[in-house]
Amino acid sequence: MICDFRPIQNSAFKIQNLFFEKAELQFSNILNQKKNFKFKNMVPSKVNYHRPSNIGEALELMSKFGDECKILAGGHSLIPVMKLRLADPENLIDIAGIADMKKISDNEKSITIGACATHADIARNEAIQKHAPMVAKAAGMIGDVQVRNFGTIGGSIAHADPAADWPAVLLAADANITIKNAGGSRTVDIDQFFKGLFMTAVEEGEILASISIPKTEFNANSTYVKMPQPASRFALVGCAVAVGGGMARVAFNGVCSTPFRDTNVEKAVVGGSSAADAATSVADGMDVMSDHFASAKYRKSMAAVYAKRALGEVM
Amino acid sequence: MKVKISLSVNGKSYERMVEPRTLLVHFLREELAMTGTHVGCDTSSCGACTVLLDDKALKSCTMLACQAEGHQVTTIEGMANGDNLHPLQQAFHEEHGLQCGFCTPGMIMNAADLLSNNANPTEHEIREALEGNFCRCTGYHNIIKSIQNAAAKMSAATV
Ligand SMILES: Cc1cc2nc3c(=O)[nH]c(=O)nc-3n(C[C@H](O)[C@H](O)[C@H](O)COP(=O)(O)OP(=O)(O)OC[C@H]3O[C@@H](n4cnc5c(N)ncnc54)[C@H](O)[C@@H]3O)c2cc1C
Ligand code: FES
Ligand code: FES
Repeated sequence: MICDFRPIQNSAFKIQNLFFEKAELQFSNILNQKKNFKFKNMVPSKVNYHRPSNIGEALELMSKFGDECKILAGGHSLIPVMKLRLADPENLIDIAGIADMKKISDNEKSITIGACATHADIARNEAIQKHAPMVAKAAGMIGDVQVRNFGTIGGSIAHADPAADWPAVLLAADANITIKNAGGSRTVDIDQFFKGLFMTAVEEGEILASISIPKTEFNANSTYVKMPQPASRFALVGCAVAVGGGMARVAFNGVCSTPFRDTNVEKAVVGGSSAADAATSVADGMDVMSDHFASAKYRKSMAAVYAKRALGEVM
Repeated sequence: MKVKISLSVNGKSYERMVEPRTLLVHFLREELAMTGTHVGCDTSSCGACTVLLDDKALKSCTMLACQAEGHQVTTIEGMANGDNLHPLQQAFHEEHGLQCGFCTPGMIMNAADLLSNNANPTEHEIREALEGNFCRCTGYHNIIKSIQNAAAKMSAATV
């Protein structure tokens, strides 16, 4: 008799179905375009692979291929999406090996994190732990060990998944994003960076090069908390708070389709309200997301609960 | 178009022509015929495909073989030293850390990453480290005991 007891495979298939459901929700625009599209278990479409040795070479390849290429960093968002064939780039430009892009440098007024620094590198960086504890804490809460070992901060924010952990943290940290293109480079304030679901200020032909975190009183007194989706660990609600020097920055991801700072809560904190009082107005008037994991009403009340916890840690 | 990749697997160098879309796990299983690394979910969730890349745990269904060019891969086949099981393998055997065994290679490779960073982890640290590895048989209890047993064996051996 053949034994068909395959518990891990069976549960994996169940998880896979959940994953596909989530993907179907997230990518409904694309799916509507590709009529009769069915999610299946598969390998990516044919692709060419390039490994530039520095950022200049990467930019040259990008101008050569135009919209027929994609940057590959850790691959922990892009490869799954390519396996589902929701992305089928003709060319991949692998930047993970560019040494300059992985550096974390501790400067006088800020800490600069190369876009290809992994979540694990960031979690164990001592300067970050000291000057911006929420950044190190959030890095250590992303996914699981394997994901943190290879996923990068630049890849995460360029991807701009609404449930990712970095956006709220970088909004609260008042980070600056350096973007390079064939013409040179430009710096974008984090408040102008996230444009919507999977949309950012990074344009075609551009590479996100680094993220700089100012050494401020509020960053030195900061934390990040999240209510994780139980299987993937993505944030159903994530809240980053930084309070100090007469300033407060309070930001959320997972709650709305675009990560945001809640200025009502910030004003209440600066005005002397308690953590509990300040948290009552969280996400008031915002268009809160709803899916099969959490309804809009539940998400909004959890956002207030997590904001209260986070503020309680730093106030 | 196929490209040439060269990488080291379990200490031995390999050079092969691969299609760039080949996933590392398929390269190991189909090209090198090392079937110890399993595919459970194929969606980066279950950890059955975990190998070490330069000593760091990686879900090999979530990386292209090309990306491993020039790196060192360690799979479950590289753990034992001849007939001598690796302390983690020995410990899983002694503590009944497996039932069907499907998750075991991934569990052992992830535990190897943990013990290389933290020689004496607490039970809580072990549970946290196993977040990305699913087991549907054992209830994890004996897996934790196995890793504790291996940690003790390995620290004793280095003293
Ligand atoms: C099982 C699992 C669980 C996860 N859980 C979480 C979680 O709890 N929280 C969380 O936040 N994330 C989670 N992630 C996502 C993870 O953090 C990814 O690593 C991250 O979102 C993408 O980083 P990457 O380096 O892998 O990017 P890639 O997958 O390589 O790239 C992602 C996208 O960004 C583009 N890109 C990458 N780098 C750059 C750059 N420098 N400039 C311009 N464009 C660029 C790519 O073209 C691609 O479109 C999880 C992933 C997995 C597989
Ligand atoms: S097969 Fe790679 S994580 Fe499940
Ligand atoms: S022993 Fe069967 S899945 Fe772990």
